[in-house]
Amino acid sequence: MKPLNKDLFNMKRLKVSLAMAFWLSVVTFPIMVIKINTINDTVIWRWGNLALIVILGLFGSYIWNYALDRMKERKGESNRLKETLSGLYQRLRSNPKVKKPVLAAVVLVIAAFPFITSMYSTSILTTALIYVVLGLGLNIIIGLGGLLHLGYAAFFAVGAYTYALLYQYFQIDFWIALPLGGLFAFLFGLLVGIPVLRLRGDYLAIVTLAFGEILRIILNNWGPVTGGPDGISRIPRPSFFGIDLKLQGSINLTYYIMVLMVVITIIVVRRLEDSRIGRALEAMKEDEVAAEAMGIDIMKSKLTAFALGSMWAGFAGVVMAAKTTKVTPDSFGLMESVIVLCIVVLGGMGSIPGILLGAFIFKIVMEYFRVFAMYRMLIFGAVLVIMMVFKPDGLIPKIRRKYTVEKEGA
Amino acid sequence: MAAVLDVQNLTMDFGGLRAVNDVSLSVQEGQIVSLIGPNGAGKTTFFNCVTGVYNPTRGAIHICPPGKKQQKINGMKPNRITERGLGRTFQNIRLFQNMTVLENVMIGRHSRLNAGILGAILRGPSTKKEEYQVKEDSYRILEKIGLTVFANELAKNLPYGAQRRLEIARALATDPFLLLLDEPAAGMNPQETQDLIRLILTLRDTEQLTVFLIEHDMSLVMSLSENIFVVDYGSLIAQGSPDEIKQNQRVIKAYLGEVVDA
Amino acid sequence: MNVQYLLNLLMSGLTKGSIYALIALGYTMVYGIIKLINFAHGEIYMIGAFTALIFASLLHYMGVNMILILVISMAFAVVFASGYGIIMEKIAYKPLRDAPRLSALISAIGMSLFLQNYVLIIQTERFLPFPRLIPDFPFLAPIQSFISSRQIVILAVTLVVMVFLSILIKFTKIGKAMRATSQDKTMSLLVGINVNKVVSVTFLIGSATAAIGGVLIATYMGQINYKIGFLAGIKAFVAAVLGGIGSIPGAVLGSFILGLTESLGTGYISSDYEDVFAFLFLILILTFRPSGILGKPETQKV
Repeated sequence: MKPLNKDLFNMKRLKVSLAMAFWLSVVTFPIMVIKINTINDTVIWRWGNLALIVILGLFGSYIWNYALDRMKERKGESNRLKETLSGLYQRLRSNPKVKKPVLAAVVLVIAAFPFITSMYSTSILTTALIYVVLGLGLNIIIGLGGLLHLGYAAFFAVGAYTYALLYQYFQIDFWIALPLGGLFAFLFGLLVGIPVLRLRGDYLAIVTLAFGEILRIILNNWGPVTGGPDGISRIPRPSFFGIDLKLQGSINLTYYIMVLMVVITIIVVRRLEDSRIGRALEAMKEDEVAAEAMGIDIMKSKLTAFALGSMWAGFAGVVMAAKTTKVTPDSFGLMESVIVLCIVVLGGMGSIPGILLGAFIFKIVMEYFRVFAMYRMLIFGAVLVIMMVFKPDGLIPKIRRKYTVEKEGA
Repeated sequence: MAAVLDVQNLTMDFGGLRAVNDVSLSVQEGQIVSLIGPNGAGKTTFFNCVTGVYNPTRGAIHICPPGKKQQKINGMKPNRITERGLGRTFQNIRLFQNMTVLENVMIGRHSRLNAGILGAILRGPSTKKEEYQVKEDSYRILEKIGLTVFANELAKNLPYGAQRRLEIARALATDPFLLLLDEPAAGMNPQETQDLIRLILTLRDTEQLTVFLIEHDMSLVMSLSENIFVVDYGSLIAQGSPDEIKQNQRVIKAYLGEVVDA
Repeated sequence: MNVQYLLNLLMSGLTKGSIYALIALGYTMVYGIIKLINFAHGEIYMIGAFTALIFASLLHYMGVNMILILVISMAFAVVFASGYGIIMEKIAYKPLRDAPRLSALISAIGMSLFLQNYVLIIQTERFLPFPRLIPDFPFLAPIQSFISSRQIVILAVTLVVMVFLSILIKFTKIGKAMRATSQDKTMSLLVGINVNKVVSVTFLIGSATAAIGGVLIATYMGQINYKIGFLAGIKAFVAAVLGGIGSIPGAVLGSFILGLTESLGTGYISSDYEDVFAFLFLILILTFRPSGILGKPETQKV
C-alpha cells in the first residue's frame, strides 16, 4: 500500500529532506563554518556548525514538509477542533452568567495591575498598550482600507515630536498636546495622502516608506530645532489635573491613560467597521471599479482611512514621548513601521483580539527575553515566515459580522 | 419631453485605436432599449463612457432625471454619476466576492445614506435609524429579485445565474432612474433567461425605470426592446424597432460578414 | 563652476548607479515573474559580500595573486549567493505563491530579518575590513583624478552583466520562458513551461547579480557588516520602482538616475540629506508617472 502523505513516516519525504539538508550544508558552508579573524589574520574552522546545520536541516526540512503535506490534505476539509472551540467561545460570550463575572474579573485585574505588580511590569504593559493602539490604527489603514503602508512610524513620530517640541518651546502641557498630536498626525496624513493615494499596491508601499524615511532624516539633521540624533529629553510625564505626581504615580497614570485609550480605540474601530464608512472601505478593498459604480468616492474613502489611522499613531506618539520622557529619531525608523505591520498581520488582520494578542506577545516576549537578545530577531524573522506559510490569517483570524433582518410577520 | 439619456457625437480613443466613433443616440423615459453589435464593437466602452469609467475623447453626454433639469455628465467620476441616478452592472461580474449578498446590496445604498465618520463613531439615534433602514431596504430589494434565500451567503458562493441577479439587485439599490445592464443574460440557460426577461419587465413597470442593456442573446433583445441600436467597429450603423433591425441589410452584414450573392 | 568637481560627482554617481542596478535587476526580475517585493534581496547582496570576504581572505593567506583572488572570490560569491536565493524561494515564497500579496511581503520581511541576524550571530556584528582587490592600473595614471581603476572595473563589470542578461532574456529558451511567465503564469503552464524552474532560475540570476554588486561595493568601500544589505536593498528597490518595476531597462535607468541624483545632491546641496534626495525624487516621479519611467500603466479591464 502506498503511504499516505499525512502519515508521519514517508520515504519520499525523507529523501527530499536528506537532499535539502545536503544542499543547506553546502550553501551555508562558508558563512557557517569559516570565520576569518581579520585582526590577527587567522582562520577558524567551525566544523561543529556543519554538524548542526546537517541535523537542523534534516529534521527541520522533514517537519516542514510534513506540515505542508498535512496542510494540503486538510484544505477544503473543515477543522472540527477549531469549529468546536469557536462555537464554545460564542456560546460562552452570549451567556450572561459567564460573560458578566469574566468581564468583571478582567476589569478588576486591569484596574489593579499597577498595585499587584512592579513598576517595571506596569511600564512594560504600558508600552504593549501603546503598540496595541498603533496596531489598531494601522489596521484601519491596511485592514479596512487595504492600503499597504510602510511608513507608519512617521506618524508615531509626528505625535511624539508634537509633544516634545511644544513642551520645549512653549511649555505646553501633556493634556493639551495629546489632542494636538492626534490632530497634527491627521493633517500630516491628509498632506501625504493627497499626492500618494492614487498609487496602487507596491508603489504606495514604497512611497509611504519614502515619506517615513524623509521625516526621520529631517528630524535627525535639523539639529537646531529637533535636537538632531540626540533628540529631545526631559519631557515631563503626564500630570493629574495640575497635581505633580511622584514617579510611581505618573507611571501608573500613564498606564491608565493607555488603558482608556485602548478601550476608546476598540470602540471606535468596531463602530467604524460596522458602519456605512466601514462597508464602503471593505467594498473598495474588494473591487475599486465596482465600488465606484456603487457611488463610493474612492479618493475620499482612502483619505479617510489613511488620515484616521494616522491620527491614532499621533495619539500613541504623544503618550510614548511622555512615558519615555525622551524622543530620538531612531525610535521611528523603518524597522518600527515593519514591527507594527508584523503585529497586525501576526495577530490577524482586521481582528481586534488578534491585534491585542499580537502586540502583547511581541512586546512582552521581546522584553522578558532580553537574555536571548542575540536570537530574538532571528527567531522573530523565522516566526514571520512560518506564520505566513502555515497560518496566514494570523493567530486570531477575523470573524465576519453577520447582519440579521427581521423577516416580515416574524 | 427631454430624453433621459442623450448622447451626442461620442468618440473614445485609446492611443491610436478608436473604440467608439461619433455615436449619437437618445433614450426616452420608460423605454427598454438595447445596444447590440459583434464582439469588440465598442458596446462596453460606450457604457463605460456613460458611467464615467472613461472620460470620452469628444462628444457630450446629457442626462435628464424625470422631473429634473437636464445636465451634462462628461468627465464626472463614476460615483458622482451613480449619485445622479445611473445604476449599472458589469459584463464580467464584479461583485464584492467576500461580502455577503445582503452586504453587497447595502453597499449599493451608499450614496443614499448620510452617516459620516463622526456619525459612525458616535452612533447617534439618526445613524442607528439609518442603519436599521438600510438593512430593511436592502432585504426588500433582495425579495424583489428573489435572492433572500442567499442573504447571508458570501457572494462568491452563489451560483452563476444568482450572481448576475445580484449584480442587478446591487444596481437597483443605488435608486437609479436609468439602469444600464451589461450582458445580463451571459452564461444563463434558457430558463434563467426567461426569468430575467420577466424580471426586467417587472422592474421597469414597478420601479418606473428606464432600462438600457447590452446583450448578445437575441431572443432576449428582440422580446424586450422597444428600440435597438446597433454598433459595428465603434460606429452606430442602425437603430429602430426589433422588426426593423431584423430586416436591416447593414446589420445582417455586420453580423454575418459580407453576404455573397448566390 | 569647477569642472573637475562635477566630473568626479558624475563618476561617483555612475559607480553608485551601477551597484544599484546590479541589485535592482534582481528585484525587478523577481517582481516581473511572481509579483513579489523580495525584501530579503538586499541580504543576498550582503551574503555575497561576506562570502567573497571569506574566500578572498583564505586565498590571500595562501598567497594568491590579487586579480585572481578577485575573480575566484567573486565566482564563489555568485555560486553561494545564488544557492541562498534559490533555497530562500523554496522555503519562504513558493508555498505562498497563490497567497495574498501581503502574506508574501511579510514572509519576505521575515526572511530579511532572519538572514541579517544569522550573519550577525554566526559571523560578527563589527565592520570587517574588505581587502582592496582592484589594483591601480598604470595606464589610468594620467586621468586618475577623474576616474579610478575601481570605478572603471565596476562600470565595466556592470556593462558586461547587462549585456549578458539582455542576450539571455532576448535569445535563449529560458529567457523566452521567463518573459512568457511574467506575462501570464497560467497560460505559460498550459503551454508546457516549467514555472517552478523559471522562478528558480530568476532567483538564481537575481542573486548572482546582487552578489556581484556586493563584491564590487565591498572592495570599493573597503568594509562590510551584516547591515549593508538593508539600505542598499531599499535603494535598489527605489531604483526599480523609479524605472518602472518589472522592466529590466527601467531598473538600469532608474538606478543610474538614482545614483546621479544622490551624488549631485550630496555634492552641491548637503551630504546630510543624501537619502532624502533619492526618496524625494521617487515621490516626484511617481506623482507624475504612477507606473515609473518605463513601466507600463496598469490597465484594468472593466
